[in-house]
Amino acid sequence: MITFDAVTKRYPDGTVAVDDLTLEAPTGEITVFVGPSGCGKTTSLRMINRMIDATEGSILLDGRPVREIDPPTLRRGIGYVIQQAGLFPHKNIVDNIATVPRLLGWDRRKARDRAMQLLERVGLEPGMAERYPFQLSGGQQQRVGVARALAADPPVLLMDEPFSAVDPVVRTSLQDELLRLQAELHKTIVFVTHDIDEAIKLGDRVAVLRVGGRLAQLADPETLLAQPADDFVREFLGHDRGIRRLQFVPTDGLPLRSGLTVPEGYDGDRSEPWLLTVTPDGRPVGWVPGDGKGGPEPFGTFRPGLDSMRAALDAALLSPSGCAVAVDDDGRVLGVATRDDLDAALTGAVDGGRPPARPERGHE
Amino acid sequence: MTWLGDFFGDPANWSGPGGIPMRLLEHLEFSVLALLLAALVAIPLGLLIGHTGRGGLVVVVSANLSRALPTLGLLVMFVLLLGTASIWPVIIPLVLLSVPPILVNTFEGIRGVDPELRDAAYGMGLRGGQVLGRVLVPVALPLILLGLRLSAIQVVATTTVAAYTGLGGLGRFVIDGFATKDYASVVGGSVLIVLFALVVQLGFTLAQRVTVSPGVSRRLKTR
Repeated sequence: MITFDAVTKRYPDGTVAVDDLTLEAPTGEITVFVGPSGCGKTTSLRMINRMIDATEGSILLDGRPVREIDPPTLRRGIGYVIQQAGLFPHKNIVDNIATVPRLLGWDRRKARDRAMQLLERVGLEPGMAERYPFQLSGGQQQRVGVARALAADPPVLLMDEPFSAVDPVVRTSLQDELLRLQAELHKTIVFVTHDIDEAIKLGDRVAVLRVGGRLAQLADPETLLAQPADDFVREFLGHDRGIRRLQFVPTDGLPLRSGLTVPEGYDGDRSEPWLLTVTPDGRPVGWVPGDGKGGPEPFGTFRPGLDSMRAALDAALLSPSGCAVAVDDDGRVLGVATRDDLDAALTGAVDGGRPPARPERGHE
Repeated sequence: MTWLGDFFGDPANWSGPGGIPMRLLEHLEFSVLALLLAALVAIPLGLLIGHTGRGGLVVVVSANLSRALPTLGLLVMFVLLLGTASIWPVIIPLVLLSVPPILVNTFEGIRGVDPELRDAAYGMGLRGGQVLGRVLVPVALPLILLGLRLSAIQVVATTTVAAYTGLGGLGRFVIDGFATKDYASVVGGSVLIVLFALVVQLGFTLAQRVTVSPGVSRRLKTR
């Protein structure tokens, strides 16, 4: 656990970058620092591994003040990932990843084996090992950056806007990869970003900081979206706050109708305005008008229980029938969620309504 | 052309203290010694100033002085002051001339390393000296070598002029040749000096190949 206890960073010219920050980043969770530029989020992060020293207050790492630890020793025990990856251009990928293990005195062979293992873990081909950073794309470099930070298996990982310099598609895949890794590794991660969507996607807890380095709100993403502490947080969350909240509304309980799916070549009852044609092995083909004239029209799918109401609503909006097609992991149709059923599920999610129970989130 | 034949064909030019091998050796000795001494001063100083960021003024002053100092004047002054009993009156000005290019390029090379990279190196837990030795120097190596090469060329050229003072070196063929109207010697000596400079260039190109990481020189094909 990382504890900020009344931490202030004041520069000699009087500028206050971080102002009386008190918060905890719990062990095994991702804590995101988010806020506009000048809010002190990066400064706060860098005070943890003493790239910057706090002026007042103290930062504790599992109860021990970081100020008491010699900076290089402290940093070798903390993974650090930065925006442009910061790979060493003169070293090949495997040597880059093995940097900290080598500093810690591992022998060459062991450090190399570990590096190769991590290369694979972050989703890179073993053939990349002998390449140099300039031969890799931005996204690949960032993966190497993550692998390098994980090399000595530190319990704590600091990530300073690691994905903000790559394009949105790559960013999404890097974020998914991080969540997948975190599900296996359970590191204590502090993640800095200016992107509220990224914060909500990745954070177990999100700390919203305002300009001048003051904590505006610390909450899990769901609470943040449902109950912003003040106008600043509300404004920072943006206009889509309501829609984003649907990400946290589960689709488990959504009723699925099976009467709307018909096999190909169906010519029975056509009283419904739209029917979903499915292949013999259960895959959706498309929506056909009830009178049988025209189609098949496009459809949208979601996976009940796995995807959120946001995905279900998105799927409904992509279909002419206004219904969302529920599919299993293999893409086979489980049933159809109608707009009425989606409507009913949404009433529980409106602002001021009772937030849906999320038993797996113990904090807050 | 016949001058070249006369010069290189004359067996007298291949032996004795005034022969080509001896003069070549003298030229090499002056150049290497001066460059070595200059590098011993300029590289550590450049690394230190570049790494700590303190003392940048030294670099600026040195760069400006090198442009202001007349090579020949300096040489003549030292010879007048110290006489020609030893090689030092020649070596000292040569060292003074070759310090600035090495110092400036070493400093610029270290200063020019991407701050993100320094940050990452410290963030990984490298200590100051390790950051310098394991990251900054390898990345700045092309510029450091450039400084050395510029100085080497300058030293080789200036050593030629040093022959004026009566000390050895390939310049003697040119200068003595002019004095005695022996144009075969002038032309032959010039050719030797040019070849010598080319060999030095080639040496540095090879050194660069061997010592600079392909990741820095980007010599490899992308993908």
